Amino acid sequence: MRRILGLAATVALALAAGSAGAQQKLKIGFIYVGPVGDHGWSYQHDVGRKAIEKELGSRVETTFVESVPEADSERAIEGLARTGHGLIFTTSFGFMEPTVRVARRYPNVKFEHATGIKRAPNLATYAAKLHEGRYIIGQIAGKMTKTGTIGYVGAFPIPEVVAGINSYFLGAQSVNPNVKIKIVWVNSWYDPAKEADAAKALLDQGVDVLAQHTDSPAPLQTAEARGKMGFGQASDMERFAPKAQLTAIIDDWAPYYVARAKAALDGSWKSGDVWGGLDSGMVVMAPYKNMPEDVKKMAEETEKAIKSGQLNPFKCPLAKQDGAAVECKGTNALSDEQILSMNFYVKGIDDKLPQ
Amino acid sequence: MTTFEAILLTIVTASTPLLIAAIGELVAERAGVLNLGVEGMMAMGAACGFAAAIGFNSTAAGIAVGILAGTALAAIFAFAVLGLAANQVGSGLALTILGLGLSGLIGAPFVGARRDPIPHLHIPGLTDLPVIGRLFFGQDAFVYISLALVMAVVLFLARARSGLTLRAVGENHSSAHALGLPVLRTRLLAILFGGACAGLAGVYLSLVYTRFWSPGMTAGRGWIALALVVFAAWRPVYALAGAYLFGTATVLQLHAQAGQIGLPSQLLSAVPYVATILALVLLSVLRGRALGAPGALGAPFVPDR
Repeated sequence: MRRILGLAATVALALAAGSAGAQQKLKIGFIYVGPVGDHGWSYQHDVGRKAIEKELGSRVETTFVESVPEADSERAIEGLARTGHGLIFTTSFGFMEPTVRVARRYPNVKFEHATGIKRAPNLATYAAKLHEGRYIIGQIAGKMTKTGTIGYVGAFPIPEVVAGINSYFLGAQSVNPNVKIKIVWVNSWYDPAKEADAAKALLDQGVDVLAQHTDSPAPLQTAEARGKMGFGQASDMERFAPKAQLTAIIDDWAPYYVARAKAALDGSWKSGDVWGGLDSGMVVMAPYKNMPEDVKKMAEETEKAIKSGQLNPFKCPLAKQDGAAVECKGTNALSDEQILSMNFYVKGIDDKLPQ
Repeated sequence: MTTFEAILLTIVTASTPLLIAAIGELVAERAGVLNLGVEGMMAMGAACGFAAAIGFNSTAAGIAVGILAGTALAAIFAFAVLGLAANQVGSGLALTILGLGLSGLIGAPFVGARRDPIPHLHIPGLTDLPVIGRLFFGQDAFVYISLALVMAVVLFLARARSGLTLRAVGENHSSAHALGLPVLRTRLLAILFGGACAGLAGVYLSLVYTRFWSPGMTAGRGWIALALVVFAAWRPVYALAGAYLFGTATVLQLHAQAGQIGLPSQLLSAVPYVATILALVLLSVLRGRALGAPGALGAPFVPDR
C-alpha cells in the first residue's frame, strides 16, 4: 500500500512538474567528465551548450557540472534530474550505467548519453565518428614520419579508443606499408602531466608523429617542444603547438545539441541513436598545416572520399592481428555495431590490447 | 641524447613536484598538523603562479606569486585549525575543495596561454658530460631547490633548536606548552611552510611540467604527496626516496608500454603505487623499530590559561 501511495505521489509530482514546465523555461543540464577548460573533449561539449543558449535564448536555461568522476557520476546526474532539468546530456562513455539508472527513476526527464550503447524511451545516445578523422590523420602520419614509427597516447582501452587506434593505423598503413605504431595508455582521460610523460616516453622510443585520445593538449605540446609532430584532439589545439599541429579532429556538437533542445521544446523529441561523421558535420578537420603540398592534397581527397561515402576506414576485407579475417556485417565494411564494440587490434599492430 | 638519459630526465621532472609538496607537508605534520589541503594549495600555486608569469612576463614573479598563493591558502587553514581549533581533517578537505575551485576561477582568463620553457643550468664541460652531465648539471632551478629543501629540513629537524621545538610540539603539545614552548606559533610557521612548498610544487606543474594551465591539472598529485609523507614514516630522506621511486615507476611503466612488454596497461598503471608502498613499508620494517606518526598529529591544541 505504501508503495502504491508512493508511486501515486511520484506520478502526481511528475505531472505537476510537467505542467509547470510547460510554461517555464526548459532547463537543460550537462555532465562533463573533465573541466570545461580542458581545451579538448569537455570544452567542445561546452561550446555546444553555449550554442543552445545563443540559439534558443530565453526559452532555455542551461547548467553544467564539470570534472565529474565517472564512478561517482550518478549523484551528479540525479542532482540535475531532481532540480527540474528536462533534458540532460551526459558526455562520457563511463557515465553509461549511472545514466541508465537515473533515466529509469526519472521517466519524464529526457536523457542523452554521448558515445553510449544503451538506450531507453527517455534515453537517447549520440556519438561522433571520430575514427573517420583518425583515418585521415593516420595517412598524414604515415607520410610525415621519418623514423617509420608513429605513436598513440590512449586514455582507456574501450572500444571507442581501440577503433580510433585501428583506424589511425589503417590510414598510416595505406600510404606506408611498413609503418609501425607504439601505443601508451595513461588510464585517465585528463591528467596533463601524465599525458606529457606518456608522450615523452613515446618520443624517446623513436616515435616522431604523435596522435592522442586523451583530453588535454599536453601530448601535442610535448611534441612541439621536441620538434616533432602531432594532432589536436577534440578541439583545434593549434595555439598550443603552432609548429607541431598537422591538423586536429574537432567534435562539433553544436548543431546536434541545438536540434535536440528544439525537439525537446516542441515535443518532438524521441529516443534514438545518432552517429555523425564528417558528412554530417559532427566531425570537422582543422586546417591542414605544417605539411608538404602533396600530403595536404592527399588528406583533403581522403576527407572528401569519406564524406561522400566512397571510402570507409573499416572496409573489408579486414584482418585481426593473428591474420584471421573479421566477419563483415555491414555492406563491404564493418557494421556500426562492430565498430562500436571493437575489442581487437588489426593486423600489423605489434602490441597486445589490454583487456 | 640516449633513450636512457631521456628517461632519467623525465623521471626527475615527474618526481620533483611530489617531492616539494611532500617535504612541506612533512614539516607541518611533524609539528602535529595534518593538512589535507595539499591538493588545493598546489592547484592555487599552479594557477596564480601561471597567471603572474604571464601577467608580468616573468618566471620569477610566477614562482613568487605561486608560493604566496599556497601560503595564503595555508594561512586560512591555520586560522581555522589554530585560531578556532577546528577539526583538521574537515578543514583540510575544505581547503582542497576551496583551492581547486578558486584556482579554476583565477586561472580561467589564462586558459590557452602558454609559456616558453624556463632556463636550465648549464656549466660548460660538466653539463656536456655523457649520460650524467644533463642529469646532474643541466636541470632547472626547481630540481636543485627541491633537493636543497630536503637537506635543509633534515638538518633543521635533527640539529636546529627550533627543529627540536617543532618535533616536541608535534609529539606532545601539552608537554611542550608546559615547558613554555610556543606551540601555536610553531604550528603556524609549519603550516605556512607547507603551504609555500605546495604552492611551489604547483608552480612547477604549470610553468615547467606542462607549460600551460588548465583547471584541475594537479590531478591528484597533492594526495600522492600526502600519502608519501605517511609511507615515508615522516622522514625527509624517505620522502625523497619515495617521491623518486614513484616518479621512476610512473615513467618506467609508460616506457614499458611503449616498449611493448605485453603486460596489461592497467596493471602497469598500478605499479608506481604498489612499488612505492612496498618499498617504504620495507624500509620502515628494516629499520627494526616502529616509526609512528607524531604523537599529537591531528589533535587541536587549546592552551589552558
